[in-house]
Amino acid sequence: MTNSSTFDEMLGHDDSVRTPYKRFNEWFCGEDAARLRSKQREADTLFRLTGITFNVYGRSEAEERLIPFDIIPRIISGSEWYRLSRGIDQRVRAINAFIHDIYHKQEIVKAGRVPVEMISRNEAFLPEMIGVNPPGGIYTHIVGIDLVRTGPGDFYVLEDNARTPSGVSYMLENRETMLQMFPELFSQNRVQPVQNYPVNLRRSLAASAPDQTQNEPVVAVLTPGIFNSAYFEHAFLADQMGVELVEGHDLKVENGRVAMRTTRGYKPIDVLYRRVDDEFLDPLNFNPESQLGVPGIMDVYRAGGVTIANAPGTGIADDKAIYSYMPEIVEFYTGERPLLKNVPTYRCSEADGLQYVLDNLAELVVKEVHGSGGYGMLIGPTSSKKELETFRAKLKARPGNYIAQPTLSLSTVPIFSRAGLAPRHVDLRPFVLVSPAGVKVTPGGLTRVALKKGSLVVNSSQGGGTKDTWVLED
Amino acid sequence: MLGKTANGLFWMYRYLERAENTARLIETGQRIALTRLEDRDEEWSSVLQSGGVLNAYTQANEAVAKDTAIDWMLRSKANPSSVLSCIETTRQNARLVRAALTGEVWEAINAAYMDARNLLSRRVGERDLPNVLRSLRQSTALVRGMTHGTMMRNEVYDFARIGTFLERGDNTARILDVKYYVLLPSAGSVGSSIDNVQWETILRSLSARGGFRMEYGHGAGPREITQYLILDKRMPRSLAFCASKLCDNLRYLHGGTRKQMPSLQQVSQLERKYLKHDVQAIFDYGLHEFVQEILDQLSEISKQIEIDFRFYE
Repeated sequence: MTNSSTFDEMLGHDDSVRTPYKRFNEWFCGEDAARLRSKQREADTLFRLTGITFNVYGRSEAEERLIPFDIIPRIISGSEWYRLSRGIDQRVRAINAFIHDIYHKQEIVKAGRVPVEMISRNEAFLPEMIGVNPPGGIYTHIVGIDLVRTGPGDFYVLEDNARTPSGVSYMLENRETMLQMFPELFSQNRVQPVQNYPVNLRRSLAASAPDQTQNEPVVAVLTPGIFNSAYFEHAFLADQMGVELVEGHDLKVENGRVAMRTTRGYKPIDVLYRRVDDEFLDPLNFNPESQLGVPGIMDVYRAGGVTIANAPGTGIADDKAIYSYMPEIVEFYTGERPLLKNVPTYRCSEADGLQYVLDNLAELVVKEVHGSGGYGMLIGPTSSKKELETFRAKLKARPGNYIAQPTLSLSTVPIFSRAGLAPRHVDLRPFVLVSPAGVKVTPGGLTRVALKKGSLVVNSSQGGGTKDTWVLED
Repeated sequence: MLGKTANGLFWMYRYLERAENTARLIETGQRIALTRLEDRDEEWSSVLQSGGVLNAYTQANEAVAKDTAIDWMLRSKANPSSVLSCIETTRQNARLVRAALTGEVWEAINAAYMDARNLLSRRVGERDLPNVLRSLRQSTALVRGMTHGTMMRNEVYDFARIGTFLERGDNTARILDVKYYVLLPSAGSVGSSIDNVQWETILRSLSARGGFRMEYGHGAGPREITQYLILDKRMPRSLAFCASKLCDNLRYLHGGTRKQMPSLQQVSQLERKYLKHDVQAIFDYGLHEFVQEILDQLSEISKQIEIDFRFYE
């Protein structure tokens, strides 16, 4: 039984199997639970073997861990996806236009739609990017839009990831694993493929190369190194694209180009897909202590000698305070009504907002403006009195550091538990590629699922798991 | 290819080779200990020495004793050449160069790592030792097999091979260095057939018994063993074989067009100067001196490869 106020994507509100899940349900009913349990173990072995692990910060013992994978797919119909992907396309175009505007004329500020202090006092604003024109005019080559669902047609954007969204390797490996374990499911259902992502990523990056690039652009992935929590993904993407995986110490600036040290000398790079934060990108221009970056790369970038994807300074578009302005931002740059909904957001930087949040703390979710990974947030309804009081003090001390949102009734999708199917809350991160050639939304994305009953926290660092996400061909 | 990647591949395959060599040394030591009646612990000193880990062992442990010696070589974290350490280092390097490897090679090394962690999570008792060693050698052999069967023959492969043969040559030379005295013609008094325990130790530690028997039957002695392990180019662990493979792969890396790099010159010279003689010349020169020079040269070549191919800068 599902809680009637919660929307279950398989069983709806009334325990009748929804259309996208019909075929799957027929298959599932004919399956033996013991066989499925052994398949679940098989999946774990496959993941261990491919080494798709993540490193958890602050834990010395279990240095590599698997993200739990659940074998029940999350299924979205083609028409549902069509509406979603149009909304994503619109939002991503707006984000790109917004960042360009912020580092150029700031029309949106002049028009009074976004307050100037939201920009000028924003930690993610990079003065070094003012007036810079990135190759092809693209700032956010790779975007992850985090969505949640509350009803049949109700999707909300929870967060825009415009810096270095991660998780795409899980999207791909989850599908690969399902294909290996349940080939019959893919004969019975017409599932839109995601496997082209690495090819599309490479094309998209190549299309964003500096104008003067003559031959096939040289692309490389820049990783902070083997100890980074997402190292597996960096290596995976480099491998799948067939490009080099580099670290800061493999690179130097030479003759106005960024070049990598090969066995035959230095070779210039045209496009750098960096998975290193802005702050560490260039010790000469940003954090002088950084060992992860390339001294002088920003100077090459500003002169148009290399494409950095995503561009430095894109964080301005994905902090949680700017998020609350996204409906205005979408309208301002596209001239259209936003197709995707925003979650109502209270800004603690504003006196009214702060007061409301303090008064209603037990009903709200409070997040750090620059936080991620589920760290440093408060979920009012599930917090103890003491936790609420501690957080109240934090809010008063640094109100500008927080925003708050009502707790949404997140949809559930069943997981395969010991007792059979059991509903668990999910979110969805579709991955979007942007280049001068256009916007490409991969059908599906990464579904994260809170494995604990009733839990709303889906982050892998906090005990969440993942599922394969199907978009059906209607 | 990145210099860093070449470096990672080189060490990945050196450590993979070393893991196998160490496992084989333990197997040999155990075999000898079981079939001899006296001097058992002395034999383990010699095994540790062949593995190049005797000094570190005596610093970390008290007297040389069988169980401690086996544990040290099999699973000690303090010993970078223990089988477990070698497999961990192999995988660490494989992670670094993940994008240069095929999925098959990566999965094989990952499986070898999981097996090793599992098999070596606690001290291995005498009863389980043969099976554990067999599993370890099989899982590392699978990595080699996948490398052979799935990797493109390009510079990635060349660096994998260079690491393999440098380590293998070094291992063969080290065993000869420790045991040279039993191969000297003047020492030929002890026994006169392949049953001689010391000769058998050498051949076993290099997986050379079968090949040697096929080639020489049972009547051969130290002269033939020396010939076989140093100069025979058909024997896949002989010094001549390793040097010739090193030469080939370095030459492929040059692609024939560029001027010869110092490392290739050094290997060619090693081949020409040391490995084209007949065995009598080696005895005349002094077997021990000969082997030590080879060891020095291999170490120089390793350093030169790092420079020639920009492993670090």
